[in-house]
This record gives sequence, C-alpha cells and structure tokens, in this order.
Amino acid sequence: MTERVYAGRPRPGNNFELYSWFFMRISGLLLILLVIGHMVIMHIINNVDVIDYDFVAARWASIGWRAYDWLLLFLALLHGANGVRVVIDDYVRRKGWKVFTVAVLYTFTFILLILGSLVIITFEPIGMGS
Amino acid sequence: MKVELRIKRFDPEKDQKPRWADYQVEVEPTDRLLDALHYVKWYQDGSLTFRRSCAHGICGSDCMLINGVNRLACKVLVKDLGRRITVEPMRGYPVVKDLVVDMEKFFAAYRAVKPYLINDEPAGPRERLQSPAERERYDDTTKCILCGACTTSCPSFWANDDYIGPAAIVQAHRFIFDSRDRGAAERLEVLNQREGVWRCRTIFNCTDACPRDIEVTRAIQEVKRAILFQRI
Ligand code: FES
Repeated sequence: MTERVYAGRPRPGNNFELYSWFFMRISGLLLILLVIGHMVIMHIINNVDVIDYDFVAARWASIGWRAYDWLLLFLALLHGANGVRVVIDDYVRRKGWKVFTVAVLYTFTFILLILGSLVIITFEPIGMGS
Repeated sequence: MKVELRIKRFDPEKDQKPRWADYQVEVEPTDRLLDALHYVKWYQDGSLTFRRSCAHGICGSDCMLINGVNRLACKVLVKDLGRRITVEPMRGYPVVKDLVVDMEKFFAAYRAVKPYLINDEPAGPRERLQSPAERERYDDTTKCILCGACTTSCPSFWANDDYIGPAAIVQAHRFIFDSRDRGAAERLEVLNQREGVWRCRTIFNCTDACPRDIEVTRAIQEVKRAILFQRI
C-alpha cells in the first residue's frame, strides 16, 4: 500500500521541482553579486545621508540602473517566496491550511512584484535639473 | 566501569506513551553499546526489545539514537559515550516496541527505486565487463547496509515521511552510475518527483550519521545533477 506513495505513476514531464531547485542555485549566485554591488554603491561609496530623491532620480535616468534594480527586486522576491513555499511544503501538512498559506504567499508576492515593477518602470523625475 | 543506560521504552500493550527506564550496567570500556544492551536484556530485564543480527556492523539491524545521534549499537564503544548514555529508537518511523521501529515505509522507498540491475541486452559469452574506473564511479554507494541511519536523521524526512529519503537515493545512485545498468532513466523519473530528491535541503545530517562513511549528501547531489543535465 505504501508503495503507491513513491512508485505511484511518476508524472512525466512535470519538472517543476527540478526547475525550482535550479532557479534557487542560479538566482542565489546572481543575488550575491547584485546585492554586493547594491551595498557598495548605496552604503559604502555613498553614505546614506547623501542618498535622497535627487540621487535616486539621477540614477534611474539610466535604463541600465533601472534594469539592475528590477532584476534585484525580481530575483530577491522570487527566491524568497520560493524558499517560503518550500518551507510550507515541508511543514504545513493539512490540505486546507496548505492551500490557504500558499494562496496568501502567492498573492503577496504577486502584489509586491507588480507594485515594485510599476515604480521602477513608470518613475518620472519631477523638479530635476533645477 | 559503571555506566547508566537511559532507555526510552514503549510497550504498546501497557504504555500510552514512551517512558524512560534507567539501568546500571558494569562494562569494560572497550565493550560496545550492544554488549551493554545485551547485559540488560539477559540479566536485568528480559522484556527490553531491540533488533540486532550480525553484531558486527554489516546487517544494519541495530541503528538507534544514541546520545541523540544515529549510530549502530554494535559499532560504538561505551568509552566514547560517557557515564550516562541515552538510547532511543530512530526518529520518524512508528515505534513497534522499545527500540524497534516499523520500517515498512523505508523498504517501500527502497523498492521504488528498483534496486537491482536492469539490462535486457545479452550478457555476451562470459560477463558484462567493467573497467576499474567504471567500478570506482559508484563504489561509495555500494557500502550501504540499509540501516536507516541517514533517512531517520534527515529533518526533511521528519517533517514529511513521504520523502523517499537518503537511503533510497543512495541505493538508486549505486545502479544509476553503474556502467552495466540500463535502468537509469526509470529511476531518475521516480526521483524527479516532489517526494524524490527535491526534498533534500542539503542539510548533511545523513553524511554525518552514516556508519559506513558514505558521502550521502554528495550522492544525492550527483543524482540531482544527473536529472538536471539528463546525463550520467
Ligand atoms: S547488529 Fe548488524 S549492524 Fe549492528
């Protein structure tokens, strides 16, 4: 009877867990580089007290930095959310709770991703160059 | 030397839940913990129940939680355990009685990875030849004695006993990387499920627990890589 748990018709073509695992390795590596870059620019080269609206606006004038920040947002959010998904998968065993917690997680991640992307993409500096 | 054994006991006919029992035992420092358990069973309390067969670290029957870590009772010496020794059944499987756990699920996982040579090609006039290098490739995982130390030391397994577990992956590894075997694809398919290798969180408890010094976590990573690149 217990056989079914494992031998139970492996669903061929379902590589979700494989991709999720691989994504964690790759995003983890990229995040190390991106975060170090971010820290160096925002906290070492420039002190926190010189960072203000104008500083960010000037930085985001270049599409490159917007892309950098968006990648950082995207990877950190999904890496974190996937980590939480895995924890839920391990520890929340009751079916109903699982559906609920995962739904909350996905909703939050989605909202944060949309909000963040919106800011990065639609940002338009005001009062610059004065 | 005198040692105190604290044994977690459970008699399904009498006890609602496990209880601790203490035994004073006179042992030689070079005695194994198994000898101390024998002493209790033979001279103090015949109802103490545990598995053992070979008593020489080969059959894998007597893995238990000794001072909080999975060890074979026949392989650890009393002098390495201190004066007060706690002994408990392995974690994660239902306790049948005292130190005996129900390992049905463990062997179901084992059977699921098809732990036997799969090859329909004719063997040739004499044998399926293999070079020393090809034999070396999976040498580490041939050492497994199916004691369950790795699987029952794994927090992922404690959290979810549907996880196929390190031991079954080690057994799969032994055949997947065998140049004479042709069943790798079938086994990788079984291991590429949610309850397969992806539940491994690289915690390394298994490598630590293995009484045969198999690099279990490495074997699991090699299987993951084989699935990822579809190459052995
Ligand atoms: S009794 Fe056989 S391994 Fe310990």
